Amino acid sequence: MTALTPGRGQAMRLAIAGRFAPLAARWKAFSATRFGSIVARTLGTNGAWIFLLLVALMFVFNFLAPGKFWTEFNVRTMAENVSVLLVIAVGETFVMATGGIDLSVGYVLLFSGVTSAQAMNWGGHDPTNSGWDIVLLGLAVALGSGLGWGVLNGLVVAKAKVPALIATLGTLGMSWGLAEILSNGQDLRYLPSIIGDMGTGRVFDKIPFVVIVAILVAVVGGVTLNLTRFGRYTLAIGSNQEAARRAGINVDRHLIKVYAMSGMLAGFAGFMSLAIFTTTTISGHANDNLQAIAAVVIGGTSLVGGVATVVGTTIGVCIPMVLFSGFTILGYQSFWRDVAVGAVLILAVYADQLRRRRRERR
Amino acid sequence: MAEPLLQARGIVKHYGHVEALRGCDFDVYPNEIVALVGDNGAGKSTLIKILAGSEQADEGEISLEGQRIHVGSPFEAMRLGIETVYQDLALAPDLDGSANLYLGRELMQPGILGKLGFLDNRSMRAGARKAFGELGVDLQNAQSAVANLSGGQRQSVAVARSVAWASKVVFLDEPTAALGVIQTARVLETVKRIRDRGVAAVLISHNMRQVLEVADRIEVMRLGRRVARFDAKKATIEQLVSAMTGGIAEEGAA
Ligand SMILES: Nc1ncnc2c1ncn2[C@@H]1O[C@H](COP(=O)(O)OP(=O)(O)OP(=O)(O)O)[C@@H](O)[C@H]1O
Ligand SMILES: [Mg+2]
Repeated sequence: MTALTPGRGQAMRLAIAGRFAPLAARWKAFSATRFGSIVARTLGTNGAWIFLLLVALMFVFNFLAPGKFWTEFNVRTMAENVSVLLVIAVGETFVMATGGIDLSVGYVLLFSGVTSAQAMNWGGHDPTNSGWDIVLLGLAVALGSGLGWGVLNGLVVAKAKVPALIATLGTLGMSWGLAEILSNGQDLRYLPSIIGDMGTGRVFDKIPFVVIVAILVAVVGGVTLNLTRFGRYTLAIGSNQEAARRAGINVDRHLIKVYAMSGMLAGFAGFMSLAIFTTTTISGHANDNLQAIAAVVIGGTSLVGGVATVVGTTIGVCIPMVLFSGFTILGYQSFWRDVAVGAVLILAVYADQLRRRRRERR
Repeated sequence: MAEPLLQARGIVKHYGHVEALRGCDFDVYPNEIVALVGDNGAGKSTLIKILAGSEQADEGEISLEGQRIHVGSPFEAMRLGIETVYQDLALAPDLDGSANLYLGRELMQPGILGKLGFLDNRSMRAGARKAFGELGVDLQNAQSAVANLSGGQRQSVAVARSVAWASKVVFLDEPTAALGVIQTARVLETVKRIRDRGVAAVLISHNMRQVLEVADRIEVMRLGRRVARFDAKKATIEQLVSAMTGGIAEEGAA
């Protein structure tokens, strides 16, 4: 542990801490109440702050662009655009909760979309008017492709003990390359019209199917992480892998399951992406992995594992989207989003570091 | 004397060039508290880790109730009724006390919910409150992560965890090192209570007065070997110290 050098840095930190102390104290008192503790645990450690940040951003953009930002159309567009990302970010949350990382998700998504589309085009037949059998075949191939990559990631990390960063960087390259080879770099555009209908369909004419599906995935993910043994083991492994092993948990098998789940969700996201864009969008997923990781980290999941919430991740997915939409509506270059997201990301990790340091000093 | 409950013979363990154990023997008899003492680096923790399955011996035999056993993993040890409080505690710091107490043995919701993997946190918390209460630990905020507890409270969590589950032997590697007076007394009381329940306890400690007070027997290690055994009622601190530091001839060598 590096010792804190007393001086300007510390003085500033203290001043900042002092400014926020009343707020922090009030939050602490609130989270000691029964209701408060439920809220606090749902939001996680960073959760309260980033939730406030999200709300504040929405207010600011609504104030700066009245009648443009906070419209049904814009909210729906934003929700639609984050739905695919949310699905892979849920899987990434579990991986990062174990103290790992999955860099491959964006390209596994792409690979699964390509194999799924090709399966539906099998034998050169035009699937446009195909029925549910072909659609389900496509879904199964997408899920299976993702699962395969996920299991491979899990085996390499858990059994071969290759660090997750490198293991999933390797499968990133492999899935990307194979997706390009299989598709010859050409987007496949012939898909069953049922799939397109799913992508554009809405409940009550308002809420897109894909958004509902993504929310369902997030709810199931959140419940699994917080209320089930699977989630408990995930957090225990991230918290202290050796302790989990000594407690009799089969750590290797659990890690394989977690990476497999992340891969399978990426495969599912690939199928969702086919539904939304009705094509394989080969060049459209270059940053998905980094966006998912950023969302998870902004959402308060600790980089070293052990602490994670899916609610946080959901907020972490929304913040970049709100920034993007807001900047675009205000006429700024959308690259300002990347600048802002980068800053938020660093702040989120800094907050996590501060928390850990405080803890270790005891 | 009765048959040993747990017996280790000729255990050898290398870490690279370091020979942590060089043919170490060790015996635990039923219904006893046996203290394992020795200087820093004598190999006590290494021996415990091997008997508890978290490390593998290079050579040697282990038997439980006369049967040769292979303790390939902590899980196998736990299944045999062997529990351990490790010197480094081995808790999951981000989880709360009850999650740690039940880690690997979670209580599930009844019925279909349990089949789906849902935890019964309420029952686990109630069980944890009782287990910690017996050790004299009052966790003000039972839902607080273990990392936020004091060193002594953390140690109590680890002790509670192993005594709650042990059915044959419990190893305690310096379980009172960070504890206050009251909590130390409670842990030692607990160790006596589990002995009376029929569970043997192996206590590693550097506190010779404590050892003489609670142990029934004492085994002394030096440089990776067992060098002496004492009846705690007859031993003196001087004898223990001289065995630990090589003042007397090695067992078997004489
Ligand atoms: N993982 C390891 N890698 C390398 N050497 C080790 C390892 N574990 C233990 N050793 C070495 O084995 C020897 C015995 O260590 P051990 O921890 O068993 O001693 P100990 O009797 O428990 O001491 P203490 O009273 O200080 O806890 C020491 O020389 C130590 O350096
Ligand atoms: Mg030791």
